[in-house]
Amino acid sequence: MPGRAVALKVWLLTLVVVLTNVLGNFSLSWGMKHSAYGLTPLGVLRTVFTPWVLAGIVLLVLWLLTRLTLLSWADLSFVLPVTASGYVLTVMLGRFALGEEVSWQRWAGAVLIAVGTSLVGVTQPKTVDGRRGSV
Amino acid sequence: MNAWLLVAIVVLSTVASDLLQSREMKAHGEIDEFHPTRWGAIMARVLRRRWLILSIFFMAVSFFAFLVLLKIADLSFAVPATAASYAVETVLARVLLKERLNWKRWTGAALVVCGVALVSM
Repeated sequence: MPGRAVALKVWLLTLVVVLTNVLGNFSLSWGMKHSAYGLTPLGVLRTVFTPWVLAGIVLLVLWLLTRLTLLSWADLSFVLPVTASGYVLTVMLGRFALGEEVSWQRWAGAVLIAVGTSLVGVTQPKTVDGRRGSV
Repeated sequence: MNAWLLVAIVVLSTVASDLLQSREMKAHGEIDEFHPTRWGAIMARVLRRRWLILSIFFMAVSFFAFLVLLKIADLSFAVPATAASYAVETVLARVLLKERLNWKRWTGAALVVCGVALVSM
């Protein structure tokens, strides 16, 4: 497959991995915070079946499966930094969707992550083949 | 329980989980079937790999240890402390998984570690 098509495929899946993680965590924590049930075993069980928590769990299962697929296409040392872009998205969500105050440290951290992600993103995703050794 | 002990448990189990997942998915080969009717078969094939099951166990250990850590320590301590796993994993990806890292990858990984530490302050 030509390099450009591989890159597009990897970037699209990275986007799905990042979005399912950020939205899954957001949905889960929203559901846990706004649950009407207590922290008894039955309460926790009921909480799991509330819409937000259930949606969060489904999204995080999808995250695990898409991340495994991404790991079958790309190095761990590629996947880790590029999926860290989720932190940047979380900061933006906090600022622009929830209206939170974002400190300068947090913006600086987001910028560092974005630069790190871009640097790793331009490297070849896969440098080793599990079945044949180096590629 | 001591916060640093919990940090160590979170970092070590995250590292073990990711290294095992990467190793197993490399050995499995690229997944390139996306038709929904094939998803069940792919999952059944992937989840038959024993080390992958172990990696999901480590993932659960890491998750619950992190929850306990959040009970006894601030989020602004927990997230940067556990960001150390990015650094450990990058080095081990080179040593154990034999991935070839050029300067862009090393620099990018270092920036991400610093960035994650800053974001959670």
